[in-house]
Amino acid sequence: MEQTAIQVRNLRKSFRKRNGFRKKSELWAIDDVSFSVAQGETYGLLGPNGSGKSSLIRILSTLLIADSGYVNLMGFTLPEQQEQVRKIIGRVSVDAAFYKKLSARENLVYTALLYGQNPRAAEQRAIDILEQLGMENAKFSTPLEEMSRGMQQKISIARALMINPPLLLLDEPTTGLDPKSRRDVQSFLEDLQRREGTTILLTTHDMAEAERLCVRIGFLAHGKLVAEGTAAHLMRRAGAATLDDAFIKLTGEELVEEENELALVED
Amino acid sequence: MEATLRQTWAFLFRGWHITRRYIGWVVVFNFYAVVTSATVALIGVAQNNYQLTLTLVVGALLWNYLSFLYNEIAMSIAYERWEGTLEYTFMAPISRAVHLLGVSLFSLVNAIVTTIIVLIGLMLFTDLPFRGVNLFGVVVVLAVSTVAFVGLGLFAAVFPVMSAERGAEATHIFQGSILLVSGVYYDIAVLPGWMQPLSALSPATYTLTACRKLFGVGNPNSTAEYLAGAPLSAVTHELLILALMGAVLLPLGLWAFVRIEAWAKKTGKLKRTG
Repeated sequence: MEQTAIQVRNLRKSFRKRNGFRKKSELWAIDDVSFSVAQGETYGLLGPNGSGKSSLIRILSTLLIADSGYVNLMGFTLPEQQEQVRKIIGRVSVDAAFYKKLSARENLVYTALLYGQNPRAAEQRAIDILEQLGMENAKFSTPLEEMSRGMQQKISIARALMINPPLLLLDEPTTGLDPKSRRDVQSFLEDLQRREGTTILLTTHDMAEAERLCVRIGFLAHGKLVAEGTAAHLMRRAGAATLDDAFIKLTGEELVEEENELALVED
Repeated sequence: MEATLRQTWAFLFRGWHITRRYIGWVVVFNFYAVVTSATVALIGVAQNNYQLTLTLVVGALLWNYLSFLYNEIAMSIAYERWEGTLEYTFMAPISRAVHLLGVSLFSLVNAIVTTIIVLIGLMLFTDLPFRGVNLFGVVVVLAVSTVAFVGLGLFAAVFPVMSAERGAEATHIFQGSILLVSGVYYDIAVLPGWMQPLSALSPATYTLTACRKLFGVGNPNSTAEYLAGAPLSAVTHELLILALMGAVLLPLGLWAFVRIEAWAKKTGKLKRTG
């Protein structure tokens, strides 16, 4: 029987927004979302900016506490067992947050130490990952501020994987990357999933990426999971020729990059 | 245990490499610390009053140490907010106590180095003899007050968790208030009456009072050539208060940090800004 790696039931999260001096309104970032991901599966969440993708990843990463609902990651519930959850997750976010003055090596060794790992072994693992991602060894000592966004994102992936997590949370890992870097990252994730059986939860705007990497896909709009299934299932259900059209038909939205007031509230 | 040691070392490793990369600014900050301390001490030299000079020198040295310690702890969290790495620290399987211990240890090393640099600088500008100073007593008082100031630093570190920008502002206002009420360069009796009770709440007040006694400030047996530092027993009262403050402030600072971290996770305030 397939084991469940991620189980989310009736998850809700709202943020308060100040409207004027005394008025406050409540905006739902995640509104009664339920889904599950099997161990070794790559599951994609698609939605425009402000649809709740990042809030969901942040809840699973122990960085945000949900208002209500049930979250279980590989047998550990959140937020009660967040200490155990932190040992089994790796996260890559859309913005590669690093100490930009430090080199890739210094940032990665710092992370290894933070996880209580042997820095030498972790450093070697990071070098192996970066080589697989098509990065030259010489760049390892270069300060992050001198690297392109694509390179920084590859370091970010190496950081998440150097602790060898069974569960990987990827929040738009290829957004803003050039086509070559995007392909490198996608190939690496495919290979990782095949080789290590890592469970991957991926949020993205990119339909082609979702189709290529994900076994199942969930459409998220205004904090609600409006549909889920394989790409073929979703297209059939919507009577659409492409996943893009299926998304528009099922959610009534387009995956355009637009500023959403919800993103501002969370800021 | 090995993992905990590595986690603690992580912050010293990070701090050392950041210091290395910002070495130009480190030199500038230390230069500024020496110059501001020297200009204060030279007021006493200009008055040809070694007791006044000594009062100012002790104030400058201790304020450099205590404020640097406090500021480094608070600002290291602010720095993590600016870089966006605080999320990754909070996501790591590390206890908050170990995290903040690591941050505090690096701040302590930094504060000691800066104080030594300022001391050397002050010795170039003043010709005070340090013979007769109860140096052992000074070290004991500093060690005890360090715990209280680490606690204050943890309290101040709460502000950047709440807000990246406003937090750093609040940290400096808090630091300025301690400078004002603690009698760093003057007797607290010169403060407005309504403000004087506040000085009793600052650990720096007791540190300065104790250290001035141990340096021989105000001791009739002190001369311009020899300082009659008091024995450690003469500062028992201050030591007890400082120990009590440390015992309260350190766990309270840690508790406040953990509470605010939970609040930030509930309200979504941890999201990267800037």
